Amino acid sequence: MKLRRWFVLLPLLVVWFFIYRFLKPFSEWLTFSVLPLDPATRLGQAVAFFVYDTPKVLMLLVLVVFGVGLIRTFFTPERTRRTLAGKRETVGNVMAALLGVVTPFCSCSAVPLFLGFVEAGVPLGVTFSFLISAPMVNEVALVLLFGLFGWKVAGLYLATGLAIAIGAGWVLGRLRLEKHLEPWVLETRQGAVAAEDERLNWNDRLDRAQQAVREIVGKVWLYVIAGIAVGAGIHGYVPDGLMAGIMGKQAWWSVPAAVLVGVPMYSNAAGIIPVVQALLEKGAALGTVLAFMMAVIGLSLPEMVILRRVLKMPLILAFVGVVAFGILAVGYLFNLVF
Amino acid sequence: MKIQVLGTGCAKCGELTTRTEAALKQLNLEVTVEKVSDIREIMAFGVMSTPALVVDGKVCFAGRVPNVDELAKIIAS
Repeated sequence: MKLRRWFVLLPLLVVWFFIYRFLKPFSEWLTFSVLPLDPATRLGQAVAFFVYDTPKVLMLLVLVVFGVGLIRTFFTPERTRRTLAGKRETVGNVMAALLGVVTPFCSCSAVPLFLGFVEAGVPLGVTFSFLISAPMVNEVALVLLFGLFGWKVAGLYLATGLAIAIGAGWVLGRLRLEKHLEPWVLETRQGAVAAEDERLNWNDRLDRAQQAVREIVGKVWLYVIAGIAVGAGIHGYVPDGLMAGIMGKQAWWSVPAAVLVGVPMYSNAAGIIPVVQALLEKGAALGTVLAFMMAVIGLSLPEMVILRRVLKMPLILAFVGVVAFGILAVGYLFNLVF
Repeated sequence: MKIQVLGTGCAKCGELTTRTEAALKQLNLEVTVEKVSDIREIMAFGVMSTPALVVDGKVCFAGRVPNVDELAKIIAS
């Protein structure tokens, strides 16, 4: 390990915290003294929101993607599969959902991963727990939720996302749906030449984490800024309580409607969360909004199309149905509690 | 030398093919990169996450897209 690297990274981290700490006063100074806008006007409110939120969310994103990138170098799909192979269902569902959060996964690998898991004797329900949690509980979503709404909403999202992955996987396991796998799935035998685990030192891990930052932040920053701009506009200009009638607590049908609208929509977390923020601020109920977000991020049409190659239609429908039911339950629960 | 890129055809797999070709150029090697997109063939390599790079039948890595310099190093060794 190159020691020099830590001497660069640690001061960078200190500088990060220092800047983060003073973002709020700096953004207010910039908006109200330099520009100079009146805090009482709509334009002033919108600009202050944008000037504060953009650097804040981008800074959080860089830090967390780096951290998660580092953690992910300790997990590979192969290792996760080995861990899950001998597990019984209930314990297996919990572990699969947790591992789904930290194991590097891209939905285009859903099929080989599915085959690899089933092949190694990971129960079907446990495999589903992993496949549900991996896209739904994602680090970009968590950062944005934390940055825009605070740790409570972020924590709720994490906990309920895991609960749905565990519960839905368990139920799907009970349903005994093995007969609805495409017949060739069980005949596929995996080659014995499975990739060996790479040996990584800390230098490699830091390289990987930096690469993750470049890749992910490079991909989503535009969505984040666009989303915050929309959020800023709504923050400043849309009257309070506008959404309350449509997506408020008293509208019982709004939760299923949010899920129905959300499933066919496909967006990454970065694009959807600023919209969610705008909805919440103008009176939409937390449970309804949470359900909408989970339906958009967690259940996506493209992934279903990919999985159709290994799952027959009844199994796909059962998968979507059980997960959607879980999301509905979460939506109603939160509207009831908060 | 035989070089194969395993991938079901997503954006990352295309990116790996492009970078592998660039790395081969850097090494002055005249090798064509073969794309393997059939899921059963991919599984036969024991790979669970795509894209993956196979050099002379041996899986070098899976599930990521290294940069050109790293690829050149991997292919050279």
